[in-house]
Amino acid sequence: MPLLPLATGAIIALVAATFAFPWLEFVLTLAIAKGLAALGVAILLRGGLISIGHAMFFAIGAYATAFAMRDFGITDVFALILISAIISLVAGLLIGAFVVRYRAIFFAMLNLAISMVLFSLLSKFYGVTGGTDGLRVGTPTVLGMVLEAKGFATFLFYAAIAAMVLAGLAVNAYFKSPLGEALSAVHTNEIRLEYLGIPVRGVLLVAYGLSALLAGIGGTFAAMTIGHVLPDMAYWTDSGHLVLVAVLGGISGIGGPFVGAAFLELVHTLAAGVTDAWNMIVGAALLGVIFFLPKGLIGFIRPTKKGDLA
Amino acid sequence: MFETIVPLLIDGLANAALIFLVAVGLTLVFSVLRVLNVAHGSFYSIGAYAAASLGLWVVGAGLPGWLTFASLPLSAALVAVIVGPLIERTLIRWAYGKSEAVQILVTFGLFLILEDLQRIVFGVDSFYEDTPVQLLGSIEIGGVVYLTYQLVLILLAAALLVGLKLFIGHTRIGKLIAAVVADREISQAMGINTNRVFMIAFSLGVFLAALGGALTVPQAGVSPGLGADTMVLAFAVAAIGGLGKIEGAAVAAVIVALARVLAIYFAPELDAVAPYLVMLLVLLVRPYGLFGSATTRKI
Repeated sequence: MPLLPLATGAIIALVAATFAFPWLEFVLTLAIAKGLAALGVAILLRGGLISIGHAMFFAIGAYATAFAMRDFGITDVFALILISAIISLVAGLLIGAFVVRYRAIFFAMLNLAISMVLFSLLSKFYGVTGGTDGLRVGTPTVLGMVLEAKGFATFLFYAAIAAMVLAGLAVNAYFKSPLGEALSAVHTNEIRLEYLGIPVRGVLLVAYGLSALLAGIGGTFAAMTIGHVLPDMAYWTDSGHLVLVAVLGGISGIGGPFVGAAFLELVHTLAAGVTDAWNMIVGAALLGVIFFLPKGLIGFIRPTKKGDLA
Repeated sequence: MFETIVPLLIDGLANAALIFLVAVGLTLVFSVLRVLNVAHGSFYSIGAYAAASLGLWVVGAGLPGWLTFASLPLSAALVAVIVGPLIERTLIRWAYGKSEAVQILVTFGLFLILEDLQRIVFGVDSFYEDTPVQLLGSIEIGGVVYLTYQLVLILLAAALLVGLKLFIGHTRIGKLIAAVVADREISQAMGINTNRVFMIAFSLGVFLAALGGALTVPQAGVSPGLGADTMVLAFAVAAIGGLGKIEGAAVAAVIVALARVLAIYFAPELDAVAPYLVMLLVLLVRPYGLFGSATTRKI
């Protein structure tokens, strides 16, 4: 099925759903925020790299927003997104410069170590970061306009959809560019790529920076949606959830991570009234997808050849 | 300074002893099965819940207090015998030979399921059962009072390290495990039932983690989130020592304990970050860990 009508239909469905059920607005904004981060993780998975530490960039984006508001008095939503994006991109390139030298389990472990260092620092330095209580994030202004909380939430929902579309188009273009094709080739045969004269580490660093950027933008959306940032955003189980969301949805294209994130947030919300064992449902769904649907949930809709996990 | 740092050290080493048990199980399972089990920390908390339940039952039934000592290894053994083969035969077996990404994800799914199962069965309350600590009391050395239980933990971990090395070097099943680690295909060709070795090694790993969890109950109790916290600490210790290295895990556990003691003494807010800082520094310099090597994988 062609991509464009499908994506348009999905977005119309999203908007229609929030008209029918207004409470979905919050859930779906958060889902798109996590979907952006999961899209970043999916980029790395395409290169065969699994990071159990990517929640750190989500947290970096979220805390950058909180700090910019608290310490620098910046309240404009676009300025906040831009600042968080730049900071997470710089952080991604700095950390990436070290970690792209490693592969497989060592890559995963090193990301885990860095994210846990960040998590511990965020929870311990009470004076700067608010410790385990986290920081409050007020309602930002929109181009000088002061919106009430409800109006801002609606604005943020549409802004998140716009960010999703832009990120989707950008990543799609990236995947089709020589750099993106080289990334898939790293997964297939890294040594051959080196023989061809393609700098593998450079290819991976671009991918890592891009994935950090996406996770950071997701983090700033999450911070503004929830109105609060917590060190737990950088905890290793949250990093695991990002990988889970990416694989659950499918890493073959750009839609999968968002489908996975929507699934996760909906299960979380719907199960909350009945049981707090929503993680069990999500874990079982993950196992089901890995065992029976190697293309992810999106494989139901768009069967493609590319993007197997194994 | 001596009076403050030595009790800190004993406390740190006692905690390191428990983390060592989890990390050594993780490292053993990794070297035999070549699967990095992200759900390994859950066995620690399951062992802790089992030991707390059994201990509380022993006390509640009016049985003699020393039976609570027996209940600790017994509950760990029960967990290992029931949970180990069940999980290895089903989920883990499927992940053999798959890419790391798949293995990590499968065991992460298992982790989520196990964490919520514990929440359903044991609720969100904390459990405490400290009869063993009370029975052992405390001893005074050089004017400082120590909990005897903590000293026992340290000795026990040291004994388990020696026992594990002897088990692998000098028993039939231990040598089979070492052979499978050295070369899986040749072992199979020589007629070793590798599937059975995998199951035994995995269950042994579960037992070690569950024992660590059981032993933590008398001094710290058990509450939700224990599995996740322990998992990432055990990762740090196993990675510092070098994945697949038993003595590496022991040395790493001691290093982490020392780092934490120094942090508590000089900069208390760095206490929690110390293990991960050590992990980060070691992995940047030696990605295969202190004792690991790039090519060979031996126990």
